[in-house]
Amino acid sequence: MPIPNKITRTLDLAHPQEKVWRALATLEGITGWFGSHAEGEIAPGQDLHMRWEQYDNAKATLAIKVVDPMSVFAFCWGISGAPEDDPRQTYVEFVLEPTASGTRLTVTESGFAQLPDEWLEPSYEGNVEGWRSELDELVAYLDAA
Amino acid sequence: MPPDPEEVSAGVFAAMADPNRRAILASLAEHGPSTATDLAGRLSITRQGIAKHLTLLADAGLVTSDAGPGRRVLHRHRSEPIKVAQSYLAALAADWDGSLDRLSTFLDDPPSSRH
Repeated sequence: MPIPNKITRTLDLAHPQEKVWRALATLEGITGWFGSHAEGEIAPGQDLHMRWEQYDNAKATLAIKVVDPMSVFAFCWGISGAPEDDPRQTYVEFVLEPTASGTRLTVTESGFAQLPDEWLEPSYEGNVEGWRSELDELVAYLDAA
Repeated sequence: MPPDPEEVSAGVFAAMADPNRRAILASLAEHGPSTATDLAGRLSITRQGIAKHLTLLADAGLVTSDAGPGRRVLHRHRSEPIKVAQSYLAALAADWDGSLDRLSTFLDDPPSSRH
């Protein structure tokens, strides 16, 4: 089995689209079921800083990508478990559709199978070499001081 | 051709399944580039055992080796395969079921309507 690159869940909710939308795309809503605290603005191009009190104050930054009222809310965030400076991100998208009894919510998170950027660059080995010589330079600098 | 993420992850998990190989990687991460003799001394594993495990770790892309000053061969750990395995673990750790259960509960019973 390959790495699941995309995770999808569909939920049929017995609530109107507007109510589901507010639970996703407002600070009050999203802190009611997702992170316990959120700072920032839910608007495209903005960063939302979330904290999970129940998970030892774990933090995540949601880079908000799409806020299409009542229908699409999407953000990017880091690969869980990776160091903070790791540039890899997954894309999380919530899509709302009206149904006879309420709202169908589809959540997809994609991008898990991406490789670290530096691995895709032919210059990768060069980067390793670069670090080594920078450390050598530091040693030379300190020796000279 | 870029390496296949699943194959890379499988190599990492197989390499990490052995306690001696975990000890070697941990020691390289902690102490930096080391010779097989350094590792044997630190880990109370025979020199032959170290050499065997280093070969396996190199095959998984987790260790690279190069000649240091004199004829000492230095082994250093390489983090890229670990980063790929992290992606695999992140896919398995993504807890949308838990989050969406909380969302359903929140919608059914928002805090303002609770008594």
